[in-house]
Amino acid sequence: MSAESHTAEGQIAGRVPHPYHLVEPSVWPLTGAMSAILIATGIIFVAHFNDYWFLIAGFLGAVSTMFVWWRDVVRESRTPGLHKLVTQIGLRYGMALFISSEVMFFVSFFWAYFNFFFYPAHQGYMHQPVWPPAHITTIDPFAVPLFNTMVLLLSGTTITWAHHALIEGDRRGLIQGLGVTVLLGLAFLCGQTYEYTHSPFNFYHGGIFPSVFFIATGFHGFHVIVGTTFLIVNFFRALRNQFTQKRHFGFEAAAWYWHFVDVVWLFLFVCIYYFGRSAITAA
Amino acid sequence: MSATALHDAHGEHAHHQPGFFRRWVMSTNHKDIGTLYITWAVIAAIEGGVLSMIMRAQLAHPNNTLVTSGQAWNAIVTAHGLLMIFFFVMPALIGGFGNWMVPMMIGAPDMAFPRLNNMSFWFLFMAFIFVNLGLLVGAGSGVGWTLYPPLSDITYQPGVATDFTLFSLHLAGISSLLGAINFIATILNMRAPGMTMHKMPLFVWSMLVTAFLLLLAIPVLAGAITMLIMDRNFGTSFFEPAGGGDPVLFQHLFWFFGHPEVYIMILPAFGVISHVVSTFSKKPIFGYLGMVYAMVAIGFVGFVVWAHHMFVSGISVDSKVYFEAATLVIAVPTGVKVFSWIATMWGGSIELKTPMIWAIGFIFMFVMGGATGVVLANAGLDTELHNTYFVIAHFHYVLSMGSVFAIFAGFYYWIGKMYGQPYPEAAAKLHFWMFFIGVNLTFFPQHFLGLAGMPRRYPDYPVAFAGWNYVSSVGAMISGLSTLVFFYILFKIFTGRQTLAANYWGEGATTLEWTVPSPAPHHTFEDVPVIR
Repeated sequence: MSAESHTAEGQIAGRVPHPYHLVEPSVWPLTGAMSAILIATGIIFVAHFNDYWFLIAGFLGAVSTMFVWWRDVVRESRTPGLHKLVTQIGLRYGMALFISSEVMFFVSFFWAYFNFFFYPAHQGYMHQPVWPPAHITTIDPFAVPLFNTMVLLLSGTTITWAHHALIEGDRRGLIQGLGVTVLLGLAFLCGQTYEYTHSPFNFYHGGIFPSVFFIATGFHGFHVIVGTTFLIVNFFRALRNQFTQKRHFGFEAAAWYWHFVDVVWLFLFVCIYYFGRSAITAA
Repeated sequence: MSATALHDAHGEHAHHQPGFFRRWVMSTNHKDIGTLYITWAVIAAIEGGVLSMIMRAQLAHPNNTLVTSGQAWNAIVTAHGLLMIFFFVMPALIGGFGNWMVPMMIGAPDMAFPRLNNMSFWFLFMAFIFVNLGLLVGAGSGVGWTLYPPLSDITYQPGVATDFTLFSLHLAGISSLLGAINFIATILNMRAPGMTMHKMPLFVWSMLVTAFLLLLAIPVLAGAITMLIMDRNFGTSFFEPAGGGDPVLFQHLFWFFGHPEVYIMILPAFGVISHVVSTFSKKPIFGYLGMVYAMVAIGFVGFVVWAHHMFVSGISVDSKVYFEAATLVIAVPTGVKVFSWIATMWGGSIELKTPMIWAIGFIFMFVMGGATGVVLANAGLDTELHNTYFVIAHFHYVLSMGSVFAIFAGFYYWIGKMYGQPYPEAAAKLHFWMFFIGVNLTFFPQHFLGLAGMPRRYPDYPVAFAGWNYVSSVGAMISGLSTLVFFYILFKIFTGRQTLAANYWGEGATTLEWTVPSPAPHHTFEDVPVIR
């Protein structure tokens, strides 16, 4: 760096108009934060006072905030001149980084699982150092879990079908592919519900195995609900012709998210259902 | 120049003049949100500071009766730690200076996701409410900022207060996470044409590394406290040995977040100090690339040293060897930074303005804290020193003399840019010296107390420790009084009627924020600068 350029003004060679999207003031961030504190209060009230009203209010607030906020984003993206290329790239960064943080969230639950899987002696001193714990009958990985694996893998192909249809300008294929993916997501959730209601072990005071099993699979199931909702939103956006062959990041974000949920499931299936199965399993 | 610039700024201002609610609650402007963060950081610092004054008042003499219950003491300790970390240091450095300066330094008109930016602040606000409920509801949340079970489980903390504290961390964590995504997207995607990564100012680099640490560390904390909340309220047993759980698992998860958190608090401080040292030495920073990759290295290695916080938690000798060695490796990139600051000053035309004396104070005190860090990294010595006042002295040297010195350095360096009024130089220097003497008097004797075996987190101690505790309390009161000087300085700034040039520090200040008027107008870089 020359001495001349080492001043604040000296490094500026010229100026160009900015290509970014500067958004108007919005009240949704505040309502979002208020919904979050209501949800947190709600969970505390459910736990300590068996009172569900805060939780319900917070949940409704959060869903409404997401609806109106993302409605604004969709409107802005469809207003010519607001979402230029650099803004579209920025949204990609945002989604990719969000998914990275989600990966780390699941790392914490896998860490909890492997802490006992690799080191069974880490269980409390009253317990035999074996994993799964001696008294636990686990779920047969080749019954519902394998079905669910197939469902999710298949949904990974149908979302890609929808994507290619979108790129080719085949609206019918897009809607069919998305619709099938949504149905597969719902099928997975049905399978998971069946598995939970027929589980050979209990969540509440069931000990360490049900704890790690249900928190890992449960948060995954929650992410499937979120991902399916995201796909449903895109289904309706596709019906309204809101995507073009070149610009459809809302769809791509949902597809990324869906693949992320899929990959997490594969790890759950291999590590928790298969590696963690006991000698006797219940279908 | 400055008169017309100010006029322009006001004209622009009038044009965009939103009402109070629209400007401060619905804001999508990085400068206004940065101001909100700094304001809230000051409020949280006052509360956290008052709590530390209460603690030092109780510890001034043995058998004192100001705070007698251990639970109340622990609740105060917990709130002090959480307030200072999550509601003062992080919001001031990341939310405050980061929001204000990163877009201006890279020549962008705003952050990548302005609404998300606003929501980060409001999540922090909500988290602040919760952390206070954790302090005040019932018997309070006496779990320490580390939240270890079994102390934090339902047996020992049966009240709702601990749940408020845990959810406060969830909310603050989401706030930080959204902020981190925003900073990374902004820095990677919105640099002015010509500003390559290797031309980026060091503060921006520090924010980029910090944001990655937040992105990868915060979700693990979220998982850990989720499991803790489930253990407390919903019948799981992740950390309860009776149900087959493992309390040490919590420590692993917590410190996998907690150690990067340490660097989250100091890396932005490194960034600020680099700018201040370079400006007031009137030299470019020495070894720019070394400085950049030292921060990247600290970020990487910071993720693989967490169990040095757990040397007495029953981890194996092999683990201790690894975590000790890995921890000592961090001294190398940290040394690169310290020596590069010194080399920057070397042969420079040094001007001892207030930001610079804070920066030099930072370098001294941070090296002190770093040296005791090397001591504590030794697993053998740590067995003796763990949970003593030596640890308290160590981390206050890197935090309340490291990060906090950098916050004040940044405040005095940038307040003219942010508010458009100069600070009173003499009073600011008095503030520095009072604070410098106060904190050193507070924390230096705590090394002796720790070496003598005084444990942390007790409201009382044997008479043998009385002398140095009294000295420490006197020091705390001096640093408390220095805050009054700081309030006077704030008063003088906010009642000032002067005009400042765009680059009021002159030739040493070379980053892009010095090319816009002081105070920076509501919108900067509507026309993006092209960098040579």
